[in-house]
Amino acid sequence: MTSDAVVVEGLRVRRGAREVLHGVDLAVPRGSVTGLVGPSGCGKTTLMRSIVGVQVVAGGRVTVLGEPAGSPVLRGRIGYATQNPAVYADLTVRESLRYFAAILRAPREDVNRVIEEVGLGSHADHLVGRLSGGQLNRASLAVALLGAPELLVLDEPTVGLDPLLRDELWAMFHRLVERGATLVVSSHVMDEAARCDRLLLMRDGHILADDTPAALRTRTATDDLEQAFLTLVRERQVTS
Amino acid sequence: MSAALTLATSRRILTQLRHDHRTVAMMVLLPSLLLVLLRYVFDDQRAFGAAAPALLAVFPFAIMFIVTSITTLRERTTATLERLMTLPIGKLDLLGGYAIAFGLVAVAQVLVATGISLSWLGLEIEGSVWLLVVIAALDALLGTALGLLASAFARTEFQAVQFMPAVVMPQILLCGLFAPRESMTPVLEWLSHLMPLSYAVDALDQVTRSSAVDGTLVRNLLVVAACVVAALVLGAATLRRRTA
Repeated sequence: MTSDAVVVEGLRVRRGAREVLHGVDLAVPRGSVTGLVGPSGCGKTTLMRSIVGVQVVAGGRVTVLGEPAGSPVLRGRIGYATQNPAVYADLTVRESLRYFAAILRAPREDVNRVIEEVGLGSHADHLVGRLSGGQLNRASLAVALLGAPELLVLDEPTVGLDPLLRDELWAMFHRLVERGATLVVSSHVMDEAARCDRLLLMRDGHILADDTPAALRTRTATDDLEQAFLTLVRERQVTS
Repeated sequence: MSAALTLATSRRILTQLRHDHRTVAMMVLLPSLLLVLLRYVFDDQRAFGAAAPALLAVFPFAIMFIVTSITTLRERTTATLERLMTLPIGKLDLLGGYAIAFGLVAVAQVLVATGISLSWLGLEIEGSVWLLVVIAALDALLGTALGLLASAFARTEFQAVQFMPAVVMPQILLCGLFAPRESMTPVLEWLSHLMPLSYAVDALDQVTRSSAVDGTLVRNLLVVAACVVAALVLGAATLRRRTA
């Protein structure tokens, strides 16, 4: 067993005529929260889709929990929350979760556990289609928490949440890591980056940096991660 | 394939339907209402008796086709399918779940339509009523299976709706309802042999006219059943774990 939950080597992805990932290399250590940060359209979602194995890949290799990404043995070991909420609008939160729990053969009480974890207890019997944007996102996140996934890939899980809820979710992400899970969380907000153990800064289909937040601040001689990002972008423009 | 996952999927789809009373009411009652309408359009017992058996196949077929293609398209275009494809569920479990759920609705639909036709509308049949119900239900299932398959070729709900005239209408025109298949020009007759609905309508006609269960009837039913299975398997092949 390697110490990395995800290893990506030379990953190239083409969408239509355009190449959106240009030979990405990275490693996500087990038992960490790794933030995937970059502007919208930089390839975060494509990278995450490649990790969970639903993306057609043009080249390179993606290894997840020691197996090639997308291999059948990985199904059920990865929790994935897509950017667009993936829950049935015409079911209640609880009914939707029951279905996914049945697929994962997760224990029944798991449904109640994840409802509490995402703070939807008071809305468990509401139709998903009537939830607000933030609640909808949390209902979708709850599905990814079912069972005991070793790797969680969460695409922008905190969009549209009020600061208090966002704070609670980040605390939960760290609790999951204490239980032994590995998380890859994408975000386009820099203030969330500070809460990650490691950061992958992404731009235009390239990884600009793969480091801890502290090391990034030191390397770019700034306290502000937003500034650090800008510095790295400019460095790259000079060298290329 | 796993029976537990197939049934979990059917239960999920039926629960979705349960939240949508209007759709359920329309699915169960529409074919019957259309048959009632037809009865009074003809205003003649004999003419109605000649057309009704075929329509007992045609209405559920068309309605199930459109309902299924839209529902599956919704699953394909929202992120739920992408999520399911990362989970330990087989493609046939998913499609099987759809087929069972909509199959059950189809049976309800056909039972109501047959009941009303036989009692209120005065339809008389020589063969077994249950065989009639089985054939009509098989037909609705054919609509479901073809709808599942068609949804793979539609990108938007607009396109999916148009598959109904594209896939369903030619089968209705050629199935022998408007003109006997033998009297069509050879090309059209040959085409009608390629359409699964033709076999279903032949089977229904036979059950109406005679109580004999012979080789032709069995063959016709097997053809329809084989088309259902083929459409489901092809539909499964169009579900991709990886997309561009």
